[in-house]
Amino acid sequence: MATAAVTTERKNYLNAEYGIRSWLLTTDHKRIALLYLLSITLFFFIGGFFALLIRLELLTPAGDLLTADMYNKAFTMHGQIMVFFFLIPSIPAVLGNFLIPMMIGAKDLAFPRINLLSWYIYVAAGVLYIYCLATGGVDTGWTFYTPYSSMFSNTHVVEAGLAIFIVGFSSILTGLNFVVTVHRMRAPGLTWSRLPLFVWSHYATSIIMLLGTPVIAITLVLVVLERTLNLGIFDPARGGDPVLFQHLFWFYSHPAVYIMILPSMAVMSEIIPCFSRKRVFGYTFVAMSSIAIAAIGFIVWAHHMFVAGISLYSALVFSCLSFLVAVPSAIKVFNWTATMYKGSVSFSTPMLYAMGFIGLFTIGGLTGLFLATLGVDVHVHDTYFVIAHFHYVMVGGAVMGYLGGMHFWWPKISGRMYPEGWGRLAAVVVFIGFNLTFFPQFIVGYLGMPRRYWQYPPEYQVYNVLSTAGASILAVGYLLPMVYLLWSLRYGKIAPDNPWQATGLEWRTASPPPTFNFDETPEVTWEAYEYDKMPLPEEVTLER
Amino acid sequence: MSDRAGIGETPLAVEHEERPELRHHFADVEQQRNAATLGMWWFLGTEIMFFGGMFCAYLVYRRWYFPEFAASSRSLDLIVGTLNTAVLICSSLTVAMSVRAAQLGRRTLQVKLLLATIFFGLVFLGVKAYEWNNKYKEHHIPTFSFSANDLIKENQKLFGLDQLQNDPAKLQERKAEIQRRSQIFFSLYFALTGMHAIHMVIGVGLFGVITWMAYKGRFTPEYHTPLEIAGLYWHFVDIVWIYLFPLLYLIDRRPGA
Amino acid sequence: MADHSEHVVRASLYWLVWAILIVATFLTAWVATVDLGAFNTVVALFIATCKASIVVLIFMGVKYTHEKMTRPILVGAVFWLLILLILSLADYSSRYAG
Ligand code: HEM
Ligand SMILES: [Cu+2]
Repeated sequence: MATAAVTTERKNYLNAEYGIRSWLLTTDHKRIALLYLLSITLFFFIGGFFALLIRLELLTPAGDLLTADMYNKAFTMHGQIMVFFFLIPSIPAVLGNFLIPMMIGAKDLAFPRINLLSWYIYVAAGVLYIYCLATGGVDTGWTFYTPYSSMFSNTHVVEAGLAIFIVGFSSILTGLNFVVTVHRMRAPGLTWSRLPLFVWSHYATSIIMLLGTPVIAITLVLVVLERTLNLGIFDPARGGDPVLFQHLFWFYSHPAVYIMILPSMAVMSEIIPCFSRKRVFGYTFVAMSSIAIAAIGFIVWAHHMFVAGISLYSALVFSCLSFLVAVPSAIKVFNWTATMYKGSVSFSTPMLYAMGFIGLFTIGGLTGLFLATLGVDVHVHDTYFVIAHFHYVMVGGAVMGYLGGMHFWWPKISGRMYPEGWGRLAAVVVFIGFNLTFFPQFIVGYLGMPRRYWQYPPEYQVYNVLSTAGASILAVGYLLPMVYLLWSLRYGKIAPDNPWQATGLEWRTASPPPTFNFDETPEVTWEAYEYDKMPLPEEVTLER
Repeated sequence: MSDRAGIGETPLAVEHEERPELRHHFADVEQQRNAATLGMWWFLGTEIMFFGGMFCAYLVYRRWYFPEFAASSRSLDLIVGTLNTAVLICSSLTVAMSVRAAQLGRRTLQVKLLLATIFFGLVFLGVKAYEWNNKYKEHHIPTFSFSANDLIKENQKLFGLDQLQNDPAKLQERKAEIQRRSQIFFSLYFALTGMHAIHMVIGVGLFGVITWMAYKGRFTPEYHTPLEIAGLYWHFVDIVWIYLFPLLYLIDRRPGA
Repeated sequence: MADHSEHVVRASLYWLVWAILIVATFLTAWVATVDLGAFNTVVALFIATCKASIVVLIFMGVKYTHEKMTRPILVGAVFWLLILLILSLADYSSRYAG
């Protein structure tokens, strides 16, 4: 409070202009990132609300809280919101948007107006989805499997399908912007081999967005046409093939899981070297593994369809290919651990999230391999084992990365420090809550509890009670940062330009940055992550 | 060279003052132009995958239901389809020529060529509407009282119906099957040509704006990026049709097949 | 900086391309009515690919561009399309019943 009077504030992107218009019509990538932050947070809470309903229903074996129909809608809308309206835009549209131009020394993304347009598209889709939700919702599962979605469901499949079709365009435009920006807007001297790994990872993500999203777009259009005009392309009763829908759906949706995890890996590659005070181990390998993940991620999709009636030969091929995709993921994990090895590691909040990420992502990835094994999958397909697998990667991996990144760059974004003690506490709570929620699901899934039912045999109750208890802890872990980050906006310590003594270009400008990021275009003459040449000055102490 | 951000020797301030089209966050016009065309190329990559989903469905069913696809394909008007393809090719020529006119700074020619492009685009859409209308009359629009009876009558041998003459139950079953399968062809036909037509409509709208800009003299030999990238889009839509034409109209036109 | 002025293509070349495309169109239509057995489809797609290639190279200017990325993007997108088509069709053609 005392500080307000003392300094005449520097001009930055936040105080450059005031008023609602200056936000809604902005083309500043940093402001658009904040617009995204607000909107995805809203959807995170809506999605979280449905998760709460699901977990409460499953507290007891009987179907007492929700009817079967309501339960179907709850898990469908939980999934669709979390995947399409939260996780896919989360890191790219918020942190990527905010940071990529700064990391490459540019004034903005290549197409600022398209960037704003992509947010409006997101909002339009979000409004349509909320309309769908408010008028009764949809119950097909997030996967829209035909012919249930196209012929039988009498819920609002058309609205939901269109909303997700539309939100796809916002993600395509974001990807387009990133790719072109990375190609065209780099500061002098910033060669590809000097790019931060954050940028590499987002580049790979963008390729998936560009080449995968259109396929789900057209697929959803066909489902919508099938419902409205009775086309019959996916309807077995009329000569269509429902498995074709699954091919087209997973052609996008498996790569889409990498849209969710790659940006999180991007965050890891920034946090880990910084808090280990070491260069990233094997820079080239980490960079190339992002590209490899994007590429190989496109040739494994049918591992979701092993029991759907695809040919045995192609199941075998897809099983083998799925093992391949674990290789680049493992390379990353090994390289991060090698980066920490003999580093001077400090356990600051972002680093806690990063270490959580490594552990949880490893479990998630390895159980992915179990699932990719044909014989095992026949047993655990459509059980809680799958649920646990993908929550380990998407929540334990992607969301942890998102939170870690939000803390790491919060000083840059807001110009304030968050309270470190609370930050660490929240990270630990999230980690404990997460494991308590999802680890029992591996067991109960392996024992045979199927997914997507509102009732279950009483012998599974122990695991479900544990899981629901964990979910409550997890919820607290998510609410904490909401509270103290908002608190810090007003009461947090003023952040220095480079609180972590990190090497990236984004730390060489003010916190918060000026509208055009740099007072003059930087000239890059150094490699990324030269932490060995950047000792901590006396006065800076990172928490140990 | 041009792959690295083109922040070159031009003093920034000077270039920004002289070139009103240069947006603030680019270092120079060169960089801006490169960004725009590169963006369009990536977008076209996206478009390939967008149509790709439908091509995938097409291939699957074409393999499964070849006789029905061949018969249905033959019910499309070959002459009209061929001429319409030619119309679209003409429009691509006028687009290419209009970019050239812009490069040479010939404004009137440019506007004329752009108007010709729009004209050809509209002709194409008109012909398409005519063809769709014919399909409507023939009861070939899925679910709108769809009927494959004409196909069945004309292709007894192809469908193997002649061998089922003395087994009425099987015959009925087979006929129902033909009905379903040819309906799949027409579903895909309308989905593909419909999507293509939507792209054409967008293209015509886009070129309306471009023509207006050209008329206002916005394009110079140094700067005509909007025209250029709209042109790329138009050519792409043309290429989609170049593939749709044989895939839809020419599945099997062999005499006596 | 290097001279990046665009390459202005001769008008006669555009006319030539146009003529080839038109001829090729009629050629495809005609050749489809000749019995080549399984090769009808091959020929039709071959002609279509030739047409598409010259549109890309000449009309879209890929032959003349300074832009290093256009070719990789194009090849990449077509390759991705082939992944979709080939791997899906591989399933269908190796199923016991069609
Ligand atoms: C290490 C690489 C991975 C492999 C080999 C793998 C393998 C698999 C397999 C085989 C399934 C299907 C299980 C079944 O339905 O029976 C599956 C499901 C799933 N995986 Fe993974 N996975 C990997 C990484 C990831 C990542 C990184 C994410 C997300 C960030 C993810 C998200 C999902 C989701 C959402 C599902 C469930 C989809 C559904 O049916 O609703 N996976 N995974
Ligand atoms: Cu998968």
